[in-house]
Amino acid sequence: MTSPLSKTGMAACLIILILCALTPLLQSDYLIDVVTEILIVALFALSLNIIIGYSGNVSFGHAAYFAIGGYVNAILLTTYGWPLLPSAVAGVLAATLTAAIVAYFCTRLTDIYFAMLTLAFSMLVWAIVFKWRSLTNGDDGFTPVHVPAMIDDRTAFFYFTMIVIVVSIAVLWVITHSAFGRSLVAVRENVGRAGFVGIHTRRMRWQAFVIAGFFAGVAGVLFGMYHRGMYVESAFWTQSAQVLIMTLLGGIYSFFGPLIGAAVLFMLERLTNEYTEYWPTVLGVILLAILLFQPDGLVGLGKRIKNKFGGGGSP
Amino acid sequence: MSALLSIKNLWKDFGGFVATRDVTFDLEEGERHAIIGPNGAGKTTFFNLITGHMHPSKGSVEFRGKDITGIPPHKVVKLGIARSFQRINIFPRMSVFENVQVALMSREGQSLKMFKLCFDLHVAETNQLLDTVGLLTEAEETAGELAYGKQKQLELAIALAENPDVLLLDEPTAGMSPTETGDAIKLVDRITKERGLTLLFTEHDMGVVFGISDRISVLHHGEIIASGLPDDVRNDPEVRRIYLGEDADAAA
Repeated sequence: MTSPLSKTGMAACLIILILCALTPLLQSDYLIDVVTEILIVALFALSLNIIIGYSGNVSFGHAAYFAIGGYVNAILLTTYGWPLLPSAVAGVLAATLTAAIVAYFCTRLTDIYFAMLTLAFSMLVWAIVFKWRSLTNGDDGFTPVHVPAMIDDRTAFFYFTMIVIVVSIAVLWVITHSAFGRSLVAVRENVGRAGFVGIHTRRMRWQAFVIAGFFAGVAGVLFGMYHRGMYVESAFWTQSAQVLIMTLLGGIYSFFGPLIGAAVLFMLERLTNEYTEYWPTVLGVILLAILLFQPDGLVGLGKRIKNKFGGGGSP
Repeated sequence: MSALLSIKNLWKDFGGFVATRDVTFDLEEGERHAIIGPNGAGKTTFFNLITGHMHPSKGSVEFRGKDITGIPPHKVVKLGIARSFQRINIFPRMSVFENVQVALMSREGQSLKMFKLCFDLHVAETNQLLDTVGLLTEAEETAGELAYGKQKQLELAIALAENPDVLLLDEPTAGMSPTETGDAIKLVDRITKERGLTLLFTEHDMGVVFGISDRISVLHHGEIIASGLPDDVRNDPEVRRIYLGEDADAAA
């Protein structure tokens, strides 16, 4: 058996990558901003899918690790004047460590109890951010964030983000296509049977959660610097819900699904906001449509269309 | 010679309902042992107690002289006890190939390896196991979409992938047509002989039971009421009265 990433798939990835890298040539600040932000939310959604699509548990509190990464990095950079590298590493580590502790409790549970416990922990994080005014500036938002001079420029930050995200996605791809990744899918598919082929299922689910926390932290660190501020909303459950919808929209049974979902939902939000203020309504309709008609998301829809119109035909 | 699997005074109590009552039982190395008994006799519970899916209320389970009572399933399987389940128990949205490969990766202690790509792992052995159970041509199909009988074959392949010494099969022919039953039993017969496996199985089909077992134990209301060679069990008056009834003659 060979790699599932076919030659066409590989070529498609490469083309998208090059197109992204060329964005600054178009001299459009708007476009650079959009692509930067999409890259960040895409990593956030991909990280969540390690828990949902790969380990088979739904987390309603993934924003917690995103926010911790963002806040810790922002505070260390700004309040304590740390250099970028140790500060960013500390941010990611804080997110990872919190995820490790939360996952220790959550992976004792499954289904709705797991989901509710992730939500409870994330609300705890939100409450701490909200109340600890001296450190986080509470609901006024932690702003401005001191962004190091090296990346304190739209194009420089774009390339910085792109490198970090591409490396992160590559690492995630390897993890999900490793012995661990495939065993994790077995855990998702049938926990009982996985246990009885000798897989330590709780340990696997814990590990998946920690990995997800790590990459959510990475996304959070980038997000805080991109917006030059962190806000309590980033830790709120609505943020967790939004990334969950992105993941579902793209498709949880595919590695790149959440990335597509993130890009589409982000663009839809931008476009909708230009014409109407009823984005939440549009979002609700999208969510309904996925859950009722397309539970395996846009990727599933794409596959169905491809099958219908004669499989391998050139587009 | 001590038994491979030795069960001593095992009890399982579900809040007043006794599913396993003082069962003492030895499984000798290399034998093929059938557990029979009417529905609700406690056969599956008995299996669950051996494989760590349930904790006994009292008593002990020893494997190769080592006490394994209360050890969790994922550790029991590493000791060399594999089982199939009465209800289909596979990884439905994975391919047939992946179903078996996952078991092999676990056996080799690779389940937690995050940077070891899985594509080339155990390809030859997976295909060989699929060939053994007759599923090689279906390797790339989605496991959950296979026909019922084939899913049962896949279960067997998963169990074999764990490279067990003892195979516990919980009603391997449940829900199968007579033809499928015949094929499945031939398969189990061949594999256990080829691999020198010790087999413990539960079954309702008396033809199957008397066809392949060396010894038979009869479970009734959680108790073993008879145990011995097929002919002895068949002629045991207590067994005839309680369980076999006219079926004993039909099977003979």
